[in-house]
Amino acid sequence: MSGFDFDVIERSWVYLFREGMSFTLTLTVLAMTGGIVFGTLLAMMRLSSIKPVSVLAGAYVNLMRSIPLVLVIFWFFFLVPYIGAWILREPNPIKVGAFWSAAITFTMFEAAYYCEIMRAGIQSIPRGQVWSGYALGLDYWQTMARIVLPQAFRNMLPVLLTQTIILFQDTSLVYVISATDFLGAAAKVANRDYRLVEMYSFVAVVYFIVSYGLSTLVKGLQKRIAIIK
Amino acid sequence: MNYHWHWQVLLETEPGGTGTYLHYLIVGLGWTLATALAAWVMALAIGAIVGTLRTTPLKWVVRLGDLYVEIFRNVPLIVQMFLWFFVLPELMPKGLGDWMKQMPPPWGSYVPAVVCLGIFTSVRVAEQVRAGINSLPSGQRMAGIATGLSEAQTYRYVILPQSFRIILPPLTSEFMNVIKNSSVALTIGLLELTGRARSMQEFSFRVFEAFTAATVIYLLTNLVVVLAMRALERKVRVPGLIAVGDAPQAGH
Repeated sequence: MSGFDFDVIERSWVYLFREGMSFTLTLTVLAMTGGIVFGTLLAMMRLSSIKPVSVLAGAYVNLMRSIPLVLVIFWFFFLVPYIGAWILREPNPIKVGAFWSAAITFTMFEAAYYCEIMRAGIQSIPRGQVWSGYALGLDYWQTMARIVLPQAFRNMLPVLLTQTIILFQDTSLVYVISATDFLGAAAKVANRDYRLVEMYSFVAVVYFIVSYGLSTLVKGLQKRIAIIK
Repeated sequence: MNYHWHWQVLLETEPGGTGTYLHYLIVGLGWTLATALAAWVMALAIGAIVGTLRTTPLKWVVRLGDLYVEIFRNVPLIVQMFLWFFVLPELMPKGLGDWMKQMPPPWGSYVPAVVCLGIFTSVRVAEQVRAGINSLPSGQRMAGIATGLSEAQTYRYVILPQSFRIILPPLTSEFMNVIKNSSVALTIGLLELTGRARSMQEFSFRVFEAFTAATVIYLLTNLVVVLAMRALERKVRVPGLIAVGDAPQAGH
């Protein structure tokens, strides 16, 4: 080893953040938003009294939770072009870039995990809340949107955010489809300049600082929410 | 959808000539399990020690345990893989580093993968162990001390036997996680199940047959693990104690 070369980091950090980190953060925010929306719908389906609906949602969630994320990334990377062609009625698979493929993958995958959190959140609301909603003349959707879900969200906020920190870390797995996320950008520089030690150590430090900072914030939030409750 | 299934591909010979593609995938499952089991043993050992130390009254020991947990929890698994595989050999003395780099093919990726997964998972085990110990009524510890046991004996005979039985259900899901997470080892060249499904797809161009087969194998493996652990849980359950880990947790 020829000494730690800070120069390579100095030369490349603008690229790493402008190309890589912006990809990682955009992907995280998109997948979080999509995952929570879709996950909440899945949770409502799982708790539905209509048997086929709850069975279908349960099967989806259990399937996603039993196979590795890497395999799911591969699945969607090849599947999305076919689904796109089917929706757009094109004869051949359409071209989908690594970013949109990853965005769809993580939304669909994280939805299963957010679903379980939201399901616990919904179940933590006393049944009386739902009954009083109905007694006031609200329908199912109104009761959910105005009474149950707002409370479930607040109760589950720390867990939802912790899941999002995990999502932020897991987006680095898009490396397997050669996307240029933060890790992918660093890997490109590392292999070009043969500076693997410096680049991967730098990546680890940046991920650590972001994740640790965010989880400290979540802990603080948890305390505040606990007091309000 | 416009895809022509061709399931017979599973019975065709893979290019390496070791047998059919199906056999090729099953060997991959073998590597997945070999990686996961070795990492699991390591994770249980380290996790039990770190988790227990974090409940002791010694302030600096607790701090040290917290530091260990925070470091390995806040760096993505794939980055940790790269650190063990690419970075560590460079930081070692030259002889040792070269020896690590020149390990013959499966072991050169297998050993770093096991160490990486073992430590990554040990953090999660440590959290469960600590939660299990803290969930016991404090009277248990006091009663241990009051009957004349030392601190170490209290842990050995009173606290640990109970808490390990309590945390078995969350440990089951950690074991399933380590099986799934072992797929990340494909990025450092270990041909486990997902890696083999990927290379089968590259050799045969049968994308969905390869991934469907891998998915089905993962599902069957999960089923076996769940059934086995449920039997074990029924056997060691502590009557009258509710399992921790019922609270929803973030995971992947």
